[in-house]
Amino acid sequence: MYQYDLIDKEFLADRSAEFRGQVARRLAGELTEDQFKPLRLMNGLYLQLHAYMLRVAIPYGSLNPTQARRLAQIARDYDKGYGHFTTRQNIQFNWIKLKDAPEILDKLAEVDLHAIQTSGNCIRNTTSDPYAGATAEEVDDPRVWCEVIRQWSTLHPEFSFLPRKFKIAITASAKDRTAAKVHDIGLLLRKGRDGQLGFEVIVGGGQGRTPYVGPTIKQFLPTDRLLSYLEAVLRVYNRHGRRDNIYKARIKILVAALGAEEFARQVEEEWSKIDAARADLPAAELARIRAAFATTPFETLPARSEAFETAKAHDPAFARFVRNNVRAHKQPGYAIVEISLKAQEQTPGDASADQLEVVADLAERYGFSDLRVTHAQNLVLPHIKLDDLPTVFAALQAANLATPNIDLVSDIIACPGLDYCALANARAIPIAQDIARQFADLDRAERVGELKIKISGCINACGHHHVAHIGILGVDKKGEEFYQLSLGGSGAEDASIGKILGPALPADKVATAVDQLVGAYLAVRADGERFLDTYRRVGLEPFKEAVYAQAD
Amino acid sequence: MPKLIELVEGQAHWAEDAFVFVADEDAIPESGDVILSLARFQVEGDALLSSNSRRVGVRIEPDQEVEALAYDLPRLAVVALAFPKYRDGRAYTSARLLRERFGYQGQVRAVGDVLREQAGFMVRCGFDAFEPADGATPEAWSQAASRFRHVYQRAADARAVAFEERAF
Repeated sequence: MYQYDLIDKEFLADRSAEFRGQVARRLAGELTEDQFKPLRLMNGLYLQLHAYMLRVAIPYGSLNPTQARRLAQIARDYDKGYGHFTTRQNIQFNWIKLKDAPEILDKLAEVDLHAIQTSGNCIRNTTSDPYAGATAEEVDDPRVWCEVIRQWSTLHPEFSFLPRKFKIAITASAKDRTAAKVHDIGLLLRKGRDGQLGFEVIVGGGQGRTPYVGPTIKQFLPTDRLLSYLEAVLRVYNRHGRRDNIYKARIKILVAALGAEEFARQVEEEWSKIDAARADLPAAELARIRAAFATTPFETLPARSEAFETAKAHDPAFARFVRNNVRAHKQPGYAIVEISLKAQEQTPGDASADQLEVVADLAERYGFSDLRVTHAQNLVLPHIKLDDLPTVFAALQAANLATPNIDLVSDIIACPGLDYCALANARAIPIAQDIARQFADLDRAERVGELKIKISGCINACGHHHVAHIGILGVDKKGEEFYQLSLGGSGAEDASIGKILGPALPADKVATAVDQLVGAYLAVRADGERFLDTYRRVGLEPFKEAVYAQAD
Repeated sequence: MPKLIELVEGQAHWAEDAFVFVADEDAIPESGDVILSLARFQVEGDALLSSNSRRVGVRIEPDQEVEALAYDLPRLAVVALAFPKYRDGRAYTSARLLRERFGYQGQVRAVGDVLREQAGFMVRCGFDAFEPADGATPEAWSQAASRFRHVYQRAADARAVAFEERAF
């Protein structure tokens, strides 16, 4: 894993000192809330419904145990004992006092964490594959490029006041676990015919009010030209993106207005004028960063583990966990372990301080001190020996962290919704809990198979409802919470935007409607078809019928 | 009349502003250095410059492209880049292009909603004069501009970036 050196550490200390001064000026009344707002937002501090919320960056979703323990400590000392993982691999603390914020940032900086660029109209934390460095599918380690971008984009002097926020995702596997195609920029690492690495560059995807699957504007960008090309894209956007209307300011609107081809042409033209020798990263620095990620000292092990096979044969709960939460590792004798933060009655994405400490200990003892956050609001231990899996499973079980439901119907993405968020129209968390309750029977959930439900409490779509197999959007109807269902979206490699099913439903009808949709799917699915595949084959009608027929 | 902070060899200090910004509806004074809008400069700039008796600057709004000045830059003493709101970041691009693409040597001045919180970004993009709107003094400006001991990316300034520091 990348280790912060003195330069990185001094940078964070300077940032922390700057914010301490700004908070002091605010508390002394030298700054009004209006003047202070942009400053606190640059440090991830939002004013929500009930309190300040602090969003801490987890660069490309990668944590070490020391960092996880520090997050636990902050949850315990300054919050209500838990934190909330977001769809962009960050963590949010929901009950922060302004006077504590500088101290929290100091404590984060001590373990190389920060809240820089977790809000504001700047380049945000880069999303990456939580299986990076562990999956055999990848053509390169995407974290290398995420770290390159982290450094390049940190307090970028030209691109810190963009028309709107800017999110980049990088994946190096055919299976996309980053939602790259609905980011402002999605970078898909590819191996060219001559074996050279390059990026397919997708620009202008997005969700919110106007969802788009982003178009490809460059088929193959040689990796060593990444930074100059990003500079060109950002410069075209900074100059020409709309600033007159916040809802039309994302790059997707510019790309759609110009057309992908014309946008690509403008980027190429700008790119040709940039001095590559100054703009691109020197090979020596790239090599330094790359070396930092190639250090996991795997043991040479047999592919088959007796301890693992025995446990699987004798413990049905372990076998179920393995079926749903354990994935193949590139190294024989190891596995990738997903930890669901979607237990029954839990808030999706929440982890308690105690749970964070349990996971930190497991990562330290059994997992090369490596821990990941997924965009689906779960955690991953990327490198666990098969021999150790039964022990790790038992420890997870004891901490209520062994829910075997990854990618199943109860593995629901949900935004904080009206329980916390000042923008929300409706609550998201209780709806997620209702649905999880409806599908508490794990045998049934496994029979249903992969089904991605995502819930947003408003049209800003933080819960990714547009790209859900079943999307649920909270709307306000004359002061009452209603929910609009959509079907057929995907945020993965087969990205698509969902279609609205029909009239919005009251809160108490949503879980039943999901059940009816699942019933309709099971009635017509062909062998091996996921919910999404069946929907794509048969269309909206049978599903509409299942939910609305009785009402007519 | 806003006060002017100038950066000379990395040090911010108060400066006497020799230039007057002449609004489009006002007459150009008989003598003295002036800053004009782009539109007015394109009409009257040549005549003013050829009289050789005064210095001329141009004020560029965020929706105007500095490329329009490409051929005039060697004759311009000041390019003033406007920040109608501090959130409007287009002038940062304009400044970098002036310095890095066109090699402009004259003064690049930040005018409008100019706050000390932007000082570091502005200096790195090549601004060397500022009309602060928040009452910042040169001391406050210098402090804000030099808050970070390290920078991560190349820009229009000469600071060694993190990867260059690491190489030594």
